[in-house]
Amino acid sequence: MEHRFEKEYGCLIVRMPEELDHHQAEILKEEADGLILKYPVRSLVFDFADTRFMDSSGIGVVIGRCKNVRFSGGYVKAVNLNGQIRRIFKLSGLQKIIEVEQEETEGKGMGDWNGTEKE
Amino acid sequence: MEQKRNEMKMEFLASSANEGFARVTVGAFVAELNPTVDELADIKTAVSEAVTNCIIHGYEQKEGSIWIQCTTKGQQVEISVVDTGKGIRDIEQAREPLFTTKPELERSGMGFAFMEAFMDEVEVISEPGKGTCITMRKMIGEG
Repeated sequence: MEHRFEKEYGCLIVRMPEELDHHQAEILKEEADGLILKYPVRSLVFDFADTRFMDSSGIGVVIGRCKNVRFSGGYVKAVNLNGQIRRIFKLSGLQKIIEVEQEETEGKGMGDWNGTEKE
Repeated sequence: MEQKRNEMKMEFLASSANEGFARVTVGAFVAELNPTVDELADIKTAVSEAVTNCIIHGYEQKEGSIWIQCTTKGQQVEISVVDTGKGIRDIEQAREPLFTTKPELERSGMGFAFMEAFMDEVEVISEPGKGTCITMRKMIGEG
């Protein structure tokens, strides 16, 4: 399984898969919802540190889980987005729906990505 | 100056496991034109959207085949993604951002919007009951 989950004091961290497409989205949805139902999740963090690719299927996954967690008063954020994921967030308006936080990228070989458009 | 031309065709089962295979293969074929990291990501995302549409909408997650034809002429890439699924009744509506016929599957309705945003041109030919052909074009290295 490419993605993993970490639970700590009501905080669920979802490590997003390397390639977040329709195929991976279906797997992730099922597993995340199982956990959200079972444990009281007060904050949900989507960690994109390993994610190199995301298409519109990823948007559905994020929004769907947001709804489930916010329904019970929870808090959601996304961290460690690379340039491509940032563009998807911007283009879809997802960044207006959930908080996006950039943490230090830990030498993922993503030196080319600085989140800005190239001239 | 004579423009260099290249072409490839592929056929694969409409299974979600093949979405990654399809976009990576097209990406590898286009690599010859020396795209930037962003351009390559654009093409892969657009292919992923088109192939996902064939699987979810064209064949409604049942069995079927998907064909991709990719042609490069000079620095232009043309990619056609074809299915023989159920087709699109109202193409204009399907292309509207946020429009989806499958909200229950948590589809965002952004598929066509992404193809249009990431490629220079997107053409849709579809006939209900017969299938859909999406043709996308992009110039590589235009800056």
